[in-house]
Amino acid sequence: MLCEECGKNPATVHYTEIVQGQKTEYHLCESCAQEKGVAAYEALAGPFSINQLLSGLLNFDPLVKQRMEMPKSECPNCGFTFQQFKQIGRFGCPQCYETFDPALDSLLKKIQSSDQHVGKVPKRSGGVVALRRQLDDLRQELQERIREEKYEEAARLRDRIRDLERQIKA
Amino acid sequence: MSVDDFVSHAASKWLSEDGPESDIVISSRIRIARNVTDQAFPMLSSDEDKNRLIDAVERATQSEEAKAIGRFEMLRLETLSPIDRMVLVEKHLISPALIQVQGGAVLLRDDEEIAIMVNEEDHLRMQCLLPGYQLDEAYRLADRMDDLFEETLDFAFDEQKGYLTACPTNLGTGMRASVMLHLPALVWTEQINRILSAITHVGLTVRGIYGEGSDALGNLFQVSNQVTMGQSEEEILGNLHSVVRQIIEHERKARSFILQEARTRVEDRVCRSYGILAYARQIDSKESLQRLSDVRLGLDMGIIDGVSASILKELMVATQPGFLQKHNGHEMGPAERDARRASLIRERLRQQH
Repeated sequence: MLCEECGKNPATVHYTEIVQGQKTEYHLCESCAQEKGVAAYEALAGPFSINQLLSGLLNFDPLVKQRMEMPKSECPNCGFTFQQFKQIGRFGCPQCYETFDPALDSLLKKIQSSDQHVGKVPKRSGGVVALRRQLDDLRQELQERIREEKYEEAARLRDRIRDLERQIKA
Repeated sequence: MSVDDFVSHAASKWLSEDGPESDIVISSRIRIARNVTDQAFPMLSSDEDKNRLIDAVERATQSEEAKAIGRFEMLRLETLSPIDRMVLVEKHLISPALIQVQGGAVLLRDDEEIAIMVNEEDHLRMQCLLPGYQLDEAYRLADRMDDLFEETLDFAFDEQKGYLTACPTNLGTGMRASVMLHLPALVWTEQINRILSAITHVGLTVRGIYGEGSDALGNLFQVSNQVTMGQSEEEILGNLHSVVRQIIEHERKARSFILQEARTRVEDRVCRSYGILAYARQIDSKESLQRLSDVRLGLDMGIIDGVSASILKELMVATQPGFLQKHNGHEMGPAERDARRASLIRERLRQQH
């Protein structure tokens, strides 16, 4: 059956409204039901979203359960609690990541397959990070040159590494 | 530009123009999530913070560099009528979620290829949407917008976790790259499910644009990256490219296969659908999407001519409920919409000749 309102999506929300003894049946899709302001729907069925899946993952994770009793359960910046994160699967502010860091490792591995960012770095605020990435690359190159016994090139690389190290300290 | 310009024409550039491989690839999209350091995520931020952010984003578009990218217009959602908001969703310029939040806004470039949602789940959701297969071009544009905003906004970034986002599923690059594909022959030959399930094994996800799984209405599918962490932007794009190229290849093969094996059946279906679209007096959006897909296939396979591909693409959006109501100037019930939809399609197809 298609939604009575938009005629586009399958009707997944069925309910009967009784106003002053007058019975009306509704068959709507989720988005139309929401648009109609059927607040009762969410209360009844509960929202199903990626966030809910996330919190499901957390609830089944015994490690996280232990850590749930960690003393620091509220973000000092925005007041968001880990309990709330478990419910809605989203954080309150950027600082929450620091606050709840110990509880996140296993979750990130589950949903992201890796817990290390390797992509773009912001030019301005990420300055030092970008330099450190460059430094890592140069060090690796240096090792290769030494292995290949290309000492002249290696010396040049070593100088550039020293420059970079000084820049990072400053 | 005014609100009316954005909402009264079905034809955004991604719809009206053709791009590379446009017989199969409808559009390419990059979406990047960014947040500023000094505010809570929009779910918790105050109205004052939200307004401050909208102003800061608008200010960033006044610079010379921004003007070199194009002309931008900020639309605050609360100033738009419900139908106008629905039209922006149907044109894929904002998400349905932006309508639900308080203090949401969208910054649009006048050709609608760039749309930046402010105060949705994340502070900024930058979208670049180009016609056809132009994934790299879309990324370059999005990257440029990101650099532009980074000059004046402090983005929340962590060396290990990357760009910090409200939901951990977007951490790292904060980037979602996706390609919208029209795959009628793979659906026809029932190979689609095999291919779709293979895709999910290589870190990509696929979903129907309208409807789900193999019941995807109009045979339109969106393939996108699933993870945002542990891979650089280039790796994510490279991975998506290699899969999309294979799908294109399979769809082409399937098209020539059905033409060889079942030519009359294909021609019959295409022409029947064309006939229905050209003469129906009442049609729902589900059927119209399916018929438009058939006609589009016929056009791309050279079975029919005299219809333009961009008009079919435009009709996909123009026949959605919000757009129809906008076009007609008032709210309509389903029956009235079906009649209005049928007459709109008839008119547009007739203008062709």
